[in-house]
Amino acid sequence: MSTTTLAALVPLLPFMGAVAGLLVGRRAPGFARPLAVLPTLLATLLAVVVAMRQGGGEPIRAATELTPTGDASLPVELALNLDGFAVLVAVLVGVVASCVQLYSTGYLRRDPRYASYAAFVSLFTAAMLLVVYADDLIVLLVGWEIMGICSYFLVGHYWETQAARAASIKAFLVTKLGDVPFLIGILVLASEAGTFRISGITGKLTSQLAQFELGHPTVIALLLLAGVAGKSAQFPLHTWLPDAMAGPTPVSALIHAATMVAAGVYFVARLLPVFAASTAALVVLALMAAVTIVGSALSALAQDDIKRVLAYSTIGQLAYMAGALAVTDRGAAVFHLLAHGAFKALLFLAAGVVIHAAGTNSLAAMSRMGGLTKIAPDAYWTMTIGLLALAAIPPFSGFFSKEAVLGAAEHAAFGDGHGAGSTPAAGWIVLVAGMLGALLTAAYATRLWLLAFRGEGPRASAEEHGREPAVMNIVLWVLAVPSLGFGLAYGVLPGWFDSDSLTPSLVTSVLATGVALVGVLVTYGAWRHTTSLAASRAPMGAVAAHPQSDPALSEAEAIATHEPAYGDIAAAPDPADPSRLLLGPLHDAAAHGFRLDAAYTALFVRPTRAAARLVRFIDSTVVDTYVRGAGAGTGLLGTLVRRTQTGNTQTYLSALVVGSLVLAVAVVLVAAGTGGVRP
Amino acid sequence: MHLAYPAVLAALLFSIGIYGVLARRNAILMLMSVELMLNAVNLNLVAFDVWLRETLHTGQALALFTIAVAAAEIGIGLAIVLLVYRSRGTSDIDRLRDLRERSEAEAEADGIPDDPDGPYGDDAGGTGSAKYTDDSGRQTA
Amino acid sequence: MNLAAAAHPGFLSPTGVEIVFVLVGLATLGSALVTVTTKQLVHAALWLVAALGGVAVEYLLLTAEFIAWVQVLIYVGSVVVLLLFGLMLTKAPIGPSPDADSGNRPLALAVALASAGTLVTLVVDAFRTTWIDLDTSGGASAEGSTRVTGESLFRAWVLPFEALSVLLLAALVGAIVLSRRGSAPEQDRTPEGKR
Repeated sequence: MSTTTLAALVPLLPFMGAVAGLLVGRRAPGFARPLAVLPTLLATLLAVVVAMRQGGGEPIRAATELTPTGDASLPVELALNLDGFAVLVAVLVGVVASCVQLYSTGYLRRDPRYASYAAFVSLFTAAMLLVVYADDLIVLLVGWEIMGICSYFLVGHYWETQAARAASIKAFLVTKLGDVPFLIGILVLASEAGTFRISGITGKLTSQLAQFELGHPTVIALLLLAGVAGKSAQFPLHTWLPDAMAGPTPVSALIHAATMVAAGVYFVARLLPVFAASTAALVVLALMAAVTIVGSALSALAQDDIKRVLAYSTIGQLAYMAGALAVTDRGAAVFHLLAHGAFKALLFLAAGVVIHAAGTNSLAAMSRMGGLTKIAPDAYWTMTIGLLALAAIPPFSGFFSKEAVLGAAEHAAFGDGHGAGSTPAAGWIVLVAGMLGALLTAAYATRLWLLAFRGEGPRASAEEHGREPAVMNIVLWVLAVPSLGFGLAYGVLPGWFDSDSLTPSLVTSVLATGVALVGVLVTYGAWRHTTSLAASRAPMGAVAAHPQSDPALSEAEAIATHEPAYGDIAAAPDPADPSRLLLGPLHDAAAHGFRLDAAYTALFVRPTRAAARLVRFIDSTVVDTYVRGAGAGTGLLGTLVRRTQTGNTQTYLSALVVGSLVLAVAVVLVAAGTGGVRP
Repeated sequence: MHLAYPAVLAALLFSIGIYGVLARRNAILMLMSVELMLNAVNLNLVAFDVWLRETLHTGQALALFTIAVAAAEIGIGLAIVLLVYRSRGTSDIDRLRDLRERSEAEAEADGIPDDPDGPYGDDAGGTGSAKYTDDSGRQTA
Repeated sequence: MNLAAAAHPGFLSPTGVEIVFVLVGLATLGSALVTVTTKQLVHAALWLVAALGGVAVEYLLLTAEFIAWVQVLIYVGSVVVLLLFGLMLTKAPIGPSPDADSGNRPLALAVALASAGTLVTLVVDAFRTTWIDLDTSGGASAEGSTRVTGESLFRAWVLPFEALSVLLLAALVGAIVLSRRGSAPEQDRTPEGKR
């Protein structure tokens, strides 16, 4: 089979798996698992084969016309574009999706809605692979929107809980808020460039011969950036991602950490020449990335829910990628995307195990619980690896990818950047924010590790909980391998990305690692200080009541009980939390995402609701008055007419005679008026 | 002779007939008043026929026909009144009000048989018991 | 008119005819009024005889002899008898019955007065200068003599006449069917018995 055929099969297989799963899942539950796992595994294998065949060489392209548009020269084409970025990201998507499907068979093993859940995960995988391989903007948009709707369904998987329902709607609406300008941007871009093909647009823009320039590069870039900010959860459209943690943990790992949120970054990387054409857009992107890096790291430091910590860290890491793109180094961005996808999926899946083992998702409750390392040793070790990668400690993968980003920023800041349009201003912004982010990232990773695994308190015994399903632990170790070793690929990847060297530069490496170590040590010190208050620690928090049950069930219970137990979905009033010491007065604001949701409520939600109330008032009071008045008037007339129906013939006759008299008189008067009667 | 005399006489006779039809309670007295009205018409027909001196005597012929039709009408009318009297025990026109618009309570009450010994009196089953409860409810209310 | 009136050969002068007409008309109206107002039902029937007889006299004065005699025969002779039988068969009370008038009386009075006012005004306004020529000396017979009426009836109006006879037959059959005492269920007062 040709490479293009194989590549076309890669998104098609999970799609067919999803359709089959939806069709037979309810009637034959036995088929649900094979239908979920096998197509995804096969697609992963094919993606690897495609990657091997492509091998970082010339991009392979194939296209067939899908549908004509109004403009004959602007058709929508089913086009594939297999370059180094696409094949590698496809391999990442396939690997993470396969891991998540395997993990889910254990995690949701007794869930009654497993079949539809797995089908949606498959559908999501297919859509993401379509986005990765697509060369046509409209086809890409189709995959983009399918991912959005799958995200909606999967976040709302525990729809029995209020938090999940609210989170799914919020995720959907906020991403749609970005998707509308995104769609407009795509249409404007295509009409200016004269094609929907991404390769065609970038080819025109980078070619020295064509002398092609976009008419409104800043407008297009900003419109597209809105969609990217929504999908990749960048400031100011990031608020949906922490709430989306109300979904099952595998979903968080696949969609909200490794793949879908990376789609925005991937899209910018593919269309980087468009963004590079506008310096203003690059500065906006850099500012957006900087604000997101610092803000999300501060918020992550204050969260109590372990999954929300990881969600904020995801936002921060995506902002690193956006920062790399702001200095026009897409090699560094996609490198970090790949490395982050692996270790963040690992962190989420391990967090799922920890939540099940601890029976709670609250760090405050875990810090009062000893022996988690004994109950879930695999999760303990793999999570440690993942956190080290997250904190960018050498030689884990996160170190190399983050250094690539910081190195690119340094190059841009000192004016020897390689890409056209990269500015020193953007470079400095990204560099400073990246350094600050490195410190904070290390701090919250350390806090997470210390609170989760170094807790002291009543020991939970392994016998009580039982072992986690083996498949879940195997998946953790599978993902731990790239988290450990993928960074060493920095030497190979430039060949695939046709970009500059991704080797860490000495100054930034030393600086970043230094601040990271500072962050670790400071957090450790703060933790030692606060644990000295341990004597006064009161037991707190709620622990799921069914330790033997399905992991997904205990997670759903943990999510549902967090707010009643602590009065807040994000924070816990724990005096022993080191983040209180570190953040000081900022803690409360950081725990609530710097009150951005409250601001949105005041700015958008309340006016919308007020307008809705006004409309309802007008409808129910003004419009309905006429409707009701018409009805009541007719009814009143009917009642009056009924009164006359006495059944007395003489009354009827009287009325008849009176009527004919009146008519006669009227006729006579009219005739007299016209002089007809007078002789 | 002045044409106004028979015309005015006919008009007054007609109005008296109208009064009788509208004011009398007994159906037979109403029929009498109808006869008065018909006679007023006949008088008009004859008077105008004489005035116009038409060769075909249309007015007089029509007056004869009217008299015949009135005879038929009175025969049928009396038969109907007798029938009503036989079935209702009265020929008072203002007590024959079955076609009136009923209130809800009246309509409900009419659904119940008049006497328990009647043809609907002792039927078994749900409808019968429903009727009895309805009946008792009405009596207590 | 004046000439014709001067040459009038009848037993009454034209002015005399008018006077008699008015007097008989007043009597007719009076008996009609008593008919519709009396409290005694049988008296009403008898006063109706007077009113109908008065109308017959008016027909005579208008030279319509045949119709006058038909009026006497059919109305006074048969219709009133029928009505009297009807009163008897419906057990009408002998003597004054205080509830002879229904509650509709004030409305009836108003309607009757209004119609009388309208009609009289209209008729007087329309015919105040119109005269009837009652002179029969010129022709062989009077306008309403039996001969003249018979000729017109059986020449020009024979088809309606035959149709009328069919109508009378139908009325006869209808009256018999209606007043025939039917089978037993008509005796009770259940809703089915009403028809």
